[in-house]
Amino acid sequence: MLRFAPWKLASVLALVVAAILLIIPSFFPAPAVEALAARLPGFVPLRHIVLGLDLQGGAHMLMQVDEASVVKSQVEALRDDVRQKMREGKIALAGGIATQPRGVLVRITDPTERARAQTLLQGLSQPIGGPLAGGNGRTLEVTQTDAGVQLTLTDAAIADKIRHAVGQSIEVLNRRVNAMGTKETMIQQQGLNRVLVQVPGLQDTTKLKEIIGQTAKLEFRLVADPGDPPNEVEELPMQKGVGTLKVQKRVMVDGADLVDAQQSFDQQTGEPDVTFRFNLRGGQKFGLVTTENVGRPFAIVLDGKVISAPVIRSPITGGTGVITGNFTVDEANNLAILLRAGALPAKLTVIEERTVGPGLGQDSIDAGKRAAYVGGILVIIYMIATYGVFGVFADIALGVHILLIFASMVLLGATLTLPGIAGIVFTIGMAVDSNVLIYERIREEAHMGRSVLSALDAGFKRAFATIVDSNVTMFVAALILYLFGSGAVRGFAVSLGLGIITSIVTAVTMTRMMIALWYRQTRPTRIPI
Amino acid sequence: MNAPASPPRGLLGVRLLRLAPENTKFGFMRFRRVSYPLSAALSIISVLMFLFVGMNFGIDFAGGTQVDLLAKSGELNMADFRAKAESLGLGPVEVQQIGRGAEVILRINEQPGGNQGEQTAIAKLREAFNNDFEFRSVDSVGPSVSAELVQSGTLGVVVAIIAVLTYLWFRFEWQFAIGAIIGTMHDLLLTVGFFCVTQIEFNQTSIAAILTIVGYSLNETVVVLDRIREMMRKYKRLSTAEIVDMSVNAVLPRTIMTATTVFLALLALFFLGGHVIRSFSAAMIWGIFVATYSSIFICSPMLIYMGVRADVFDKKREEAEAAAEAKVQV
Repeated sequence: MLRFAPWKLASVLALVVAAILLIIPSFFPAPAVEALAARLPGFVPLRHIVLGLDLQGGAHMLMQVDEASVVKSQVEALRDDVRQKMREGKIALAGGIATQPRGVLVRITDPTERARAQTLLQGLSQPIGGPLAGGNGRTLEVTQTDAGVQLTLTDAAIADKIRHAVGQSIEVLNRRVNAMGTKETMIQQQGLNRVLVQVPGLQDTTKLKEIIGQTAKLEFRLVADPGDPPNEVEELPMQKGVGTLKVQKRVMVDGADLVDAQQSFDQQTGEPDVTFRFNLRGGQKFGLVTTENVGRPFAIVLDGKVISAPVIRSPITGGTGVITGNFTVDEANNLAILLRAGALPAKLTVIEERTVGPGLGQDSIDAGKRAAYVGGILVIIYMIATYGVFGVFADIALGVHILLIFASMVLLGATLTLPGIAGIVFTIGMAVDSNVLIYERIREEAHMGRSVLSALDAGFKRAFATIVDSNVTMFVAALILYLFGSGAVRGFAVSLGLGIITSIVTAVTMTRMMIALWYRQTRPTRIPI
Repeated sequence: MNAPASPPRGLLGVRLLRLAPENTKFGFMRFRRVSYPLSAALSIISVLMFLFVGMNFGIDFAGGTQVDLLAKSGELNMADFRAKAESLGLGPVEVQQIGRGAEVILRINEQPGGNQGEQTAIAKLREAFNNDFEFRSVDSVGPSVSAELVQSGTLGVVVAIIAVLTYLWFRFEWQFAIGAIIGTMHDLLLTVGFFCVTQIEFNQTSIAAILTIVGYSLNETVVVLDRIREMMRKYKRLSTAEIVDMSVNAVLPRTIMTATTVFLALLALFFLGGHVIRSFSAAMIWGIFVATYSSIFICSPMLIYMGVRADVFDKKREEAEAAAEAKVQV
């Protein structure tokens, strides 16, 4: 009981000092700490404790890649591919191609032609992950039915497309957000088909949604002529004002060929507009179309809505053009950002949104602090009142326990949330449990007539197995909460879990050392509890 | 057993505080004829309440949108506010004033039109209240997320119970594990009942509260069971009831001590921690109370019913454990 290696005492003291050093930066403003940390080598753990969005304020948006829109665009691409193949193979498309929710049906009545078509169309089915990747999954299932050849997208193909769409979306969103100048924005993948966007300090998500919520698919299409066949024309809503406009379904040039877009002002009217520039291919296409269609209105379509439809006055061959549309400066600027960053590969839907204003965040921090202080003081007083000098030891251990929780959070970069603070307050009550177990056992042993030293020794030894058992059960609960919980609740699991680990170190090891030192100093004749 | 000659004195000679009486010999096991029917009845009532009254599910699980608003003028006319909120055409509106001040929480149900519907609703709310109110928080959970949160929450609780059960089964005899799990289920049911009766909002932090209660309940149970096992080895000739009684009495001071410290901490959290986590604190306080009760009056008597006797510990295993314990050095 009395002996412990000096290195143990030294390492406990070192631990405490290290913990204090880790925490000190968190008492200073975060920007100052970051500025200083930037000048030090990377391995120096000079960090501010990470506050969750619920404490520092900010916006959290979880967005999901719209599976239906991914499938729809895949089916459309498939239809075009099939048409191309059939033309190459010179197979007459008597019955046409019917699009279905998950594939297309090529109607062919002649059985021999049908068989030939199947072999031909089989070539459209690619191995998943490109020809180089292993595995035997394919993108298409090609079967013959009585009506013709059926091509169905496989589940694996759709999953693969969604995976790609998520990756691409993150790239596009990053470009957009960087252009907006909000540098702290975090964009990351969640699960298979989701993107999480977190912006500290942002209160009103309306503007953010204007930038990240749009697909930004830009198309140039000719406005329909009365002579156009009806199945090649569609009616699209106007983006501003009311009414619709009939435009051709065929897309002449699209935004994929854009290399730059900038907000500018019309030289005559002074109205805000957007100047764009195509790459070589896009510029040639654009030049060709405008040359052939001088005098016709050319519709500029964004995400299925017509921005404007100016008349082509002369061929535009320089590869640059201007989009006008009664914009405000902000709108023109946003459009320029969207066009520069490129279109999202699929529609993203916001499925969860949480924003906390700085006022509520600060209130939560203050309330959490108050609860922690008052709870801590109550426990400290109660422990001293019950156990006297042993209570003081327990309280010192409790202080170090809290210190260690914060220090390990800084070290691990774990996020402190409001439920996390609740977890810490709870562990304030819980951490002394190990001390209580030990002290009560010591009392019992003393009452059974053991000497002071032997009672102390037996108390620690016998209580230890119980402490381990009871803490393991609590730790399992915390671990599972971490694995299954989401968002702020994870913060609770983190502080609870860390608290359990540190409480074993402080309440058992540290208390034992303090009691041993105390015993050597005072040589008591009886247990003071 | 020798009692100390005089009560010990603490710092500055002040007499130490003892909430739990010393060397108690309460016949806890006799109470099982009261505690079992009582707990069974409460558990059944909880289940019935859950089925027929239900919990007040927050937007995390029910979906919908909730905003926390603070009147910029510092004054809030609740009747006007309610009327304005209801005029937005967002379905039934739930309005709750925070404290006595100008802060109000407005909640609307899941909107038609799937995830997009929630977005439209947020836009409408911002338009209606942005001028006169500060938006302290906006939470909106679409149908796909709320369904997942229900799923992962339920799964979490179930997995936690199975994991801990497995641990107890390894560390103790299976009868102990059964006793512990019945106690835990009891606490779980009564906590659910608590949510039904009080109609406190059940949200993600409530799942955290429930899992913590499960942890605490098992913690309490383990402490008692640990002592019972020790006593059974020591006093092989005593009946199970006598041993359980002795053990519960022996750990009683510790049980009361720990329940009090945790209660003090939670009390501070409840009154000072702010309204965001008040439902969490309330559930936890109830849980600590129930878990303490069940560890004494439900789990421990189970061992009598399960027919555990001192001889369940065969020699070999006992020696193995003794050896293992001897190795464990602090």
